[in-house]
Amino acid sequence: MPADSGSIAKVDLDHRGRSWYVDKAVGGLVFVGGVSAIVFVMGIFVFISREGFGFVFGTLDIGEFLTSIEWRPTSENNPRYGALALIAGTAAVTGLAMLVAVPFSLGAAIFIAEFATGRTREGLKVLVELLAAIPSVVWGFIGLSIMSPLIIDTFDQPVGVGVLNSGVILGLMAAPIMTTIAEDALKAVPDSYREAAEAMGATRWQVVWQVVLPAGRNGLVAALLLGVGRGFGETMAVLMASGHAINIPTSPFDSVRALTATIAAELGDAPRGSEHYQALFTLGIFLFVITFLINLAADFAVRRGAPRG
Amino acid sequence: MFQATALNERNRRVEFLFRVLFGLMTVLLVAPVLIILALLIREGGPAVSFDFLFTPPSDQGRQGGILFPLVGTIWLVVVALLASVPIGVAAAIYLSEYAPDNLLTRLINLAIINLAGVPSIVHALFGVGAFVVFFRFGISILAASLTLAIMTLPVVIVSTREALQAVPMAFREACWNMGATRWETIRRVVLPNAISGILTGVILEVSRSAGETAPIMFTGAVTFLPFLPAGVLEPTMAMSLHLFTISNSVPNMPDEIKFGTALVLISMVLLMNAASIAFRMYLRGKKKW
Amino acid sequence: MLSVRGLTIRYGSDVALENVDLDVRRNEVFGIIGPAGSGKTSFLRTLNRMDEENSAMSVEGTILFNGRDIHQIRNVYNLRQRIGVVFPLPVGLPMTIYDNVALSPRLRGVKKKSKLDEIVERCLQRAALWDEVKDRLTALGSLLSGGQQQRLTIARALSQEPELLLLDEFSIAVDPVTTMRIEDVLRDLKDEMTIVMVTNLVQQARRLADRTAFFLNGDLVEVGETEELFTGEVKDQRTRDYVEGRFG
Repeated sequence: MPADSGSIAKVDLDHRGRSWYVDKAVGGLVFVGGVSAIVFVMGIFVFISREGFGFVFGTLDIGEFLTSIEWRPTSENNPRYGALALIAGTAAVTGLAMLVAVPFSLGAAIFIAEFATGRTREGLKVLVELLAAIPSVVWGFIGLSIMSPLIIDTFDQPVGVGVLNSGVILGLMAAPIMTTIAEDALKAVPDSYREAAEAMGATRWQVVWQVVLPAGRNGLVAALLLGVGRGFGETMAVLMASGHAINIPTSPFDSVRALTATIAAELGDAPRGSEHYQALFTLGIFLFVITFLINLAADFAVRRGAPRG
Repeated sequence: MFQATALNERNRRVEFLFRVLFGLMTVLLVAPVLIILALLIREGGPAVSFDFLFTPPSDQGRQGGILFPLVGTIWLVVVALLASVPIGVAAAIYLSEYAPDNLLTRLINLAIINLAGVPSIVHALFGVGAFVVFFRFGISILAASLTLAIMTLPVVIVSTREALQAVPMAFREACWNMGATRWETIRRVVLPNAISGILTGVILEVSRSAGETAPIMFTGAVTFLPFLPAGVLEPTMAMSLHLFTISNSVPNMPDEIKFGTALVLISMVLLMNAASIAFRMYLRGKKKW
Repeated sequence: MLSVRGLTIRYGSDVALENVDLDVRRNEVFGIIGPAGSGKTSFLRTLNRMDEENSAMSVEGTILFNGRDIHQIRNVYNLRQRIGVVFPLPVGLPMTIYDNVALSPRLRGVKKKSKLDEIVERCLQRAALWDEVKDRLTALGSLLSGGQQQRLTIARALSQEPELLLLDEFSIAVDPVTTMRIEDVLRDLKDEMTIVMVTNLVQQARRLADRTAFFLNGDLVEVGETEELFTGEVKDQRTRDYVEGRFG
């Protein structure tokens, strides 16, 4: 070896220098970052439980909680904690939202994934992404200031906020997310499937209906589940557009109140540590557990739907 | 022969029909963005002026502008970023560069999905229970920002991980073969080529946290405050909560101010989002390999 | 220089290479030939413990590098630094040409500009690339032509001042002229380092290698002086069939 290159000291194979230790340290550091995600999810559960536990193991009557429609936490001598009406409110609003969102987002996903090409496709995807970015408080504002007068005029109703208003708003909010996930699911179907069907003379629509949709089924289920999760957990828009009356709805114009909105509306007035305050945290535990299960199911659907490997 | 042609004709018509139907549904889906924007601009546009942006609100928001909520939102977002970007980037580096394919990694991924899926009001309850009460930060920017940070952590993690994984494996292998440690490889090759992608994700997170209301409403944002916060342990006004308050709780609120506030908020969010998308597209067109 | 005993490589339950014993002498060019999928690349990966970066790969057996069992070495990065590697597909890192070659010295702590300049020029000269790029050292290495990137990869490997150079089908993605130039470079390098060269071109092994090993379906069929293998003095009929092009 030429003499001039010998100036770089030959390395000792066993010597662990600074870079070795720096690498180990960084490895540890980013590991902590990764694990923090788990810590945070557990933290959420621990801290909301901590505030709500006294109630769960004390006052709470599970039977009453699930079957009574009386939610009167501020009553002086006879407070009631029946969440049925709130659950019904959430269910009604989410159900209507899915009625709005499912056909549109499925149709849009099929169009974007299977029919649109080039710039149209890119443009539509950008619009869907922007739609998903509109903050929920702005949606709530739209419900109050634009949808509500529209409903009053169109259907000749005394009030414009209620199941219909918040359901449509929520549908519009959930649709872009569902579209994106459904489109991903359709795109994940290998092109070879499409080519095989096309080679047999199937039209584009037949390919979609008979090949792509069945193959992307699990991803579509995941899209639906995440849409439901989104509707279920949405707070501000529902708070503003649902009318906020404790009520089991019988008509789409009825005013209802959702679980999330109840927490948002009442937490500010509930003295810390009071029964009411703890009851609101109990609603939070309930919401956490349900959305956790929904997410778990969606993840399972995606995993089962993903190509092997 | 004739039959086949008729069938083709029919197929083509069916196909055309579906194409139009799905196209129409897509248009109906994205039309609201444009309609909403148009309405907000028509109703709120006249209210938005230099004065509106730089005057504090008065008379419960019926008069004046939105200076304090605007500044408050900037406070909240900046502090949230300071917390979430380091943690999120670290988590993404771990998942993309270090994590073996094992149960723990699956749990981490599941946790990220859940963090993104937990309702915002539950994040708010967590913020109250953890930061306001347990850590005794009180109703403060710090408590609200940390709540926001945890809520938006998945945005940073997912976009950073995507940016890291867009760097081809061959580059890493080449570096490892030269005797570079994992970290040296990340620092000298992976990060320099992923940094703009990471930035895209950060902008996205800014846009996301600027619009959130529920997680900050009991942890640090208050409906009215006659002065600006002096530090992170003080409460603040915020754009999103301000819009909620003036459109939901204050009677006789002039429409102009409501729409103007909504327009400013949605513009902030959408502009940053659009910037992030544009940046991403620009990067896609400008590959270094 | 290298001494391999009882080496078995598995991917999950698939065996890529089974029970291989062979020795590589100092300053020789050692060729490895064999059809695709015979375990040649996996063999190279294990020599600098890159198998550890692939969780599906498991390795048994011992490999001695200068008499040291490589699996006992406490700082694997230092081992890898002493072994240069050239890949089938050229990998110009997405940084300037200069930085590509200066990367290894910098990792070892060389900071002085004049020293780096000197290393970059010398390595590019030796890889027969200097004349083509000396006026644009700040261009991106990843945007050079395939043939240039491959020589850049060699220059980068040389900047490690390796004792052992591993080449994996280096000519697969480069034109014949570049291949010839690289072969000339390798002949020069032989005095300074040991070279292990996997090739899919049997004639390339004949041109360059002192001794050659023939791998087939995960087995080491035989090792011998290259000339002997090519003149038919083989122990195994399969070797003759392969070098004469009857299969492969």
